Amino acid sequence: MKISVPIIRRYLKPAVFLALSWPLAWLVWQWGQFIHGQPNGLGFNPQEFTNRYTGDWALRYILGGLAITPLARLTHTPTLVHFRRMAGLFAFAYASVHLTSYIALDQIFNWTEIWNDILKRTFITLGMTAFTLLIPLAVTSTNKMVKRVGAKRWLWIHRMIYPISILVLIHFIMMRKGTQLEPLVYGAILTVLLSYRLAVYFKKKAGFRRTRHKST
Amino acid sequence: MLIRIRKSHELRDADVTPETLYKSRREVLKTMGLATAGAIGGSVIAGEAFAARLSYKERAITADEPSTSHDAITGYNNFYEFGTDKSDPARYAGAMKTSPWSVRVEGECARPGAYTLEDILKPHALEERIYRLRCVEAWSMVIPWVGFPLGDLLKRFEPANNAKYIQFETLADRERMRGLSFPVLDWPYVEGLRMDEAMHPLAILAVGLYGEDLPNQNGAPLRLVVPWKYGYKSIKSIVAIRFVEKEPATSWNVSAPREYGFYSNVNPEVDHPRWSQATERRIGEFRRRPTLMFNGYGDEVSHLYANMDLRKFY
Repeated sequence: MKISVPIIRRYLKPAVFLALSWPLAWLVWQWGQFIHGQPNGLGFNPQEFTNRYTGDWALRYILGGLAITPLARLTHTPTLVHFRRMAGLFAFAYASVHLTSYIALDQIFNWTEIWNDILKRTFITLGMTAFTLLIPLAVTSTNKMVKRVGAKRWLWIHRMIYPISILVLIHFIMMRKGTQLEPLVYGAILTVLLSYRLAVYFKKKAGFRRTRHKST
Repeated sequence: MLIRIRKSHELRDADVTPETLYKSRREVLKTMGLATAGAIGGSVIAGEAFAARLSYKERAITADEPSTSHDAITGYNNFYEFGTDKSDPARYAGAMKTSPWSVRVEGECARPGAYTLEDILKPHALEERIYRLRCVEAWSMVIPWVGFPLGDLLKRFEPANNAKYIQFETLADRERMRGLSFPVLDWPYVEGLRMDEAMHPLAILAVGLYGEDLPNQNGAPLRLVVPWKYGYKSIKSIVAIRFVEKEPATSWNVSAPREYGFYSNVNPEVDHPRWSQATERRIGEFRRRPTLMFNGYGDEVSHLYANMDLRKFY
């Protein structure tokens, strides 16, 4: 299936943008309701809910972004790749709201507590590290920046998403008490997505070796 | 007749009660010849009617703080046998069968055996205990329990001299508790107390909440409440009480010994490895508030731990 670029730009991208914004729009609406003392979907512990909700969505978009390349190849739908950058930037946006929620709503700018958490709590250390590592990816996401840093270096920077996704997953597993199913499901999906990269990598390597063999 | 004026923090029955229960209660009131529907929905209700299901001594021990809403107490629970989300127990605990109910009494005592809930409750006068509850996850509530001192029950079984600890066990009914299908913890859930802690007058077994039978999600029909310890020590839906000589296994300690000790006293100075215990969020409040040593019950209970290093015995 091939869809022309103008149609992707004019219709599909705005539609996907709206769809990916929806969870955040819903959250903002619920907080509006909360502030006005109206019934809302934030539950009995709105801060805890917001931390978890935004974290969940950031992780989902990371996994979604990682799924695009394999899906595009396996289903022969190259159009999908047009949405990879958007998925990545949305993951970064939700991660930013996640961090903001922790700082502003949960800790209410208690910087000593926040600093202690980052230093002392392994799962927060991991989460902070993952977020910090995401920044260069977001910053180099524009076409201009791709040209400026050069395609090869750009690719290396953006391969950082592999270790970042692992950090995020560990952050999530460690946050939960006991052995819980949900983080393991996300873990299984991430394992599949990263294994695909490994498989492609080794296949390529083997392919190179074979061609080199032939030429000699 | 006692006339009770509702405080602003309290909710009306109609706001918080499942419709079936609400209607059945309405039937009860009707047969008592007491009231029309208006009496339930109105701003003033009859104290006796409100407590129709349980009779107890009001406010035997209270906290100088408003109670958390009935809605929150019954809608925000950790009861992993029904799922790990806080709204799961309210959603799924209705499936639990709480009648008939019996408790196995085992171990180092003169009167072991299987006791029906009626046998257990019969000699005890119920009283209201309004306690703070501090969860290890750094949130807290104020809960108006109805119950009786645990020690009074334990004495009836005539513990032997070598009974140094008590172990409690929660129901594990795979048919009716959907959370058991995944090994979040090593089921059944078990908890324990040292004998002197169990005999402390603040430790109670609760059968009610806000004057009515304990809802399933809060640990019906019989649960422990130990207000100076983190919430998970207050084991729910008890089916076994064991008198033992050695410190018994407790579920969270088995699951993560570095994070959850046997004692688990509320202590703002000893952090959970993953978060600080210095502050807590009282459900219904926005800002965190400082956590109190022994959850504010230090005057009553600190002597139990006089020569213990609470950093080591967390």
